[in-house]
Amino acid sequence: MSLSATTAPPSPAAPPPRPPARRRSRSHSLTRMDLKYSPYLYIAPFFVVFGIFGLYPMLRTAWMSLHDWNLIGDHSFIGFDNYVALVKDEYFWNATLNTFGIFLLSTIPQLLLALFLANLLNRTFLRARTLFRMAIFMPNVVSVAAVAIVFGMLFQRDFGVINWLLSFVGIDAVDWDAERWSSWTAIASMVNWRWTGYNTLILLAGMQAIPRDLYEAAALDGASQWKQFWRITLPMLTPTFVFVVILSTIGGLQLFTEPLVFANGNIIGGDQREFQTLAMYMYELGIENLNTAGYGAAVAWAMFLMIALVSGINFLLVRRTVK
Amino acid sequence: MNSASRRLWRTSPLTYVALVLATLFSIYPFYYMVVIATRSLDSINDVPPPVTPSGSFGDNFGRVLDNEAANFLTGLLNSVIVSGIVTVSVVITGSLAGFAFAKLRFRGRNALLLTIIVTMMIPTQLGLIPLWGMIQDLNWFDTLYAVTVPFLVSAFGVFMMRQYATQAISDELIEAGRVDGASTFRIYWSIVLPALRPAAAVLGLLTFMETWNSFLWPYAVLTSENPTLQVSLAFLSYAYYTDYSQVFAATAVGTLPLVIVFIVFGRQIVGGIMEGAVKS
Repeated sequence: MSLSATTAPPSPAAPPPRPPARRRSRSHSLTRMDLKYSPYLYIAPFFVVFGIFGLYPMLRTAWMSLHDWNLIGDHSFIGFDNYVALVKDEYFWNATLNTFGIFLLSTIPQLLLALFLANLLNRTFLRARTLFRMAIFMPNVVSVAAVAIVFGMLFQRDFGVINWLLSFVGIDAVDWDAERWSSWTAIASMVNWRWTGYNTLILLAGMQAIPRDLYEAAALDGASQWKQFWRITLPMLTPTFVFVVILSTIGGLQLFTEPLVFANGNIIGGDQREFQTLAMYMYELGIENLNTAGYGAAVAWAMFLMIALVSGINFLLVRRTVK
Repeated sequence: MNSASRRLWRTSPLTYVALVLATLFSIYPFYYMVVIATRSLDSINDVPPPVTPSGSFGDNFGRVLDNEAANFLTGLLNSVIVSGIVTVSVVITGSLAGFAFAKLRFRGRNALLLTIIVTMMIPTQLGLIPLWGMIQDLNWFDTLYAVTVPFLVSAFGVFMMRQYATQAISDELIEAGRVDGASTFRIYWSIVLPALRPAAAVLGLLTFMETWNSFLWPYAVLTSENPTLQVSLAFLSYAYYTDYSQVFAATAVGTLPLVIVFIVFGRQIVGGIMEGAVKS
């Protein structure tokens, strides 16, 4: 309670003119109702729709994963048996290996390239700045399905552009979808192409928030550009970089469309599951084969835990190296 | 600016070389798409691969339209309907909730806002299997309800509008509306919504692009009988990978609307993404 004069109650000597009593109290209570309850009305659509179609299915996934669950009808409680089976499941570990392989092949080059491009775009006297920004972001506008179709053709064995280019440096035609390393490379290149520009823009935004006088002071002290990048840009960019890394982790570990379309719709990803990702394996178990939905739900939770774990590790790693 | 910092921020020719290269890499697959989409079927197997467009787009797209298995036009129409409805809904529900979180006082406000922020971090794939079962139970399989209703709201949309409303609308403005006797909804409609227009435009564009491009969920609940555009494209490419000029003609038509939207509004989209990045 404040004792200052401005918040003192108005003097009772001059009461405000009273409007007719009935009308006043009715509109007054309406206003009070409006003030008190209408905010809930405005946020309700989000919580209702999200609750039904977002939150509930997520929680139900956890419940399903503890059952032998058939989406057609039957289910029985089996505790953690699905998770025990998962640990011994060769296909699960294969999908994990593929997912992380593609994840590393896409995230690392992508972020390094984005950092490099953002640093270039951050120059003060750059001409055609907006044009470059738009051009670099453009790949993000295309659907993943379209990207996978176009890149599938570029990586075609017999008449694809990539193999044609490789022939100039004496490399024989690669059967891109037949082997692990080659299919991983092809899929990672789709991811890199689509997301480098997006990450560039986010990092650029972070760079532009760094006060310029820091650089001016460093330049007066004779620090080279490279040194300024290491000593000023990177440390100041840590929060943005953490954000970008975690976003890439979440996206990368959920990879689905690129490998699926690259495999022409074959959910096992290549004849020998060379590039089946975790998301594809979950789909195979939970939706293609309805009778293993409970097991598929366990894969979904395992995926979620991995994403949380890797995001956490990345967070700590980035913090430590850059700070 | 003094000479030291001018030297520091100078742009060397090498910078431009690198940026032009990056631009070419970004643009090339689009160009390649156009090349194949406009080439006759027998010329795409040429070695060296064709590098210039040709005049066969009409033939190729004609094959797409004649292809009854792909239902391309249905897919195109479905995508327009679904993306349109989802966009309008996300903008309206997002601005309503964003306004409430930014400017209204109510019990549990902070906890509820925190809930929304947390849900943004949970991958939606986690609920995929039960959601698929729910769609079956609702008899929504292969209908547009399945790909529309679950996406009518967006946590990101609420959060973005809340951030924008917090700084773009002054409390005095809303107070003035109250003094004039306007109801809360009236204030939203006549004061808040117009002020939110720039953010609403960016949110609308991003939502439209995301919905237009979404694949996994439509692929899970729609068939090639009643597809969205992306689902139609996928089935087309699985079945007709021997007829790439047809597939590419369809892919180009499916991609073009977004490229046009991007060329017209690219500045705002890029600005919106960069602005969003600084705040988060």
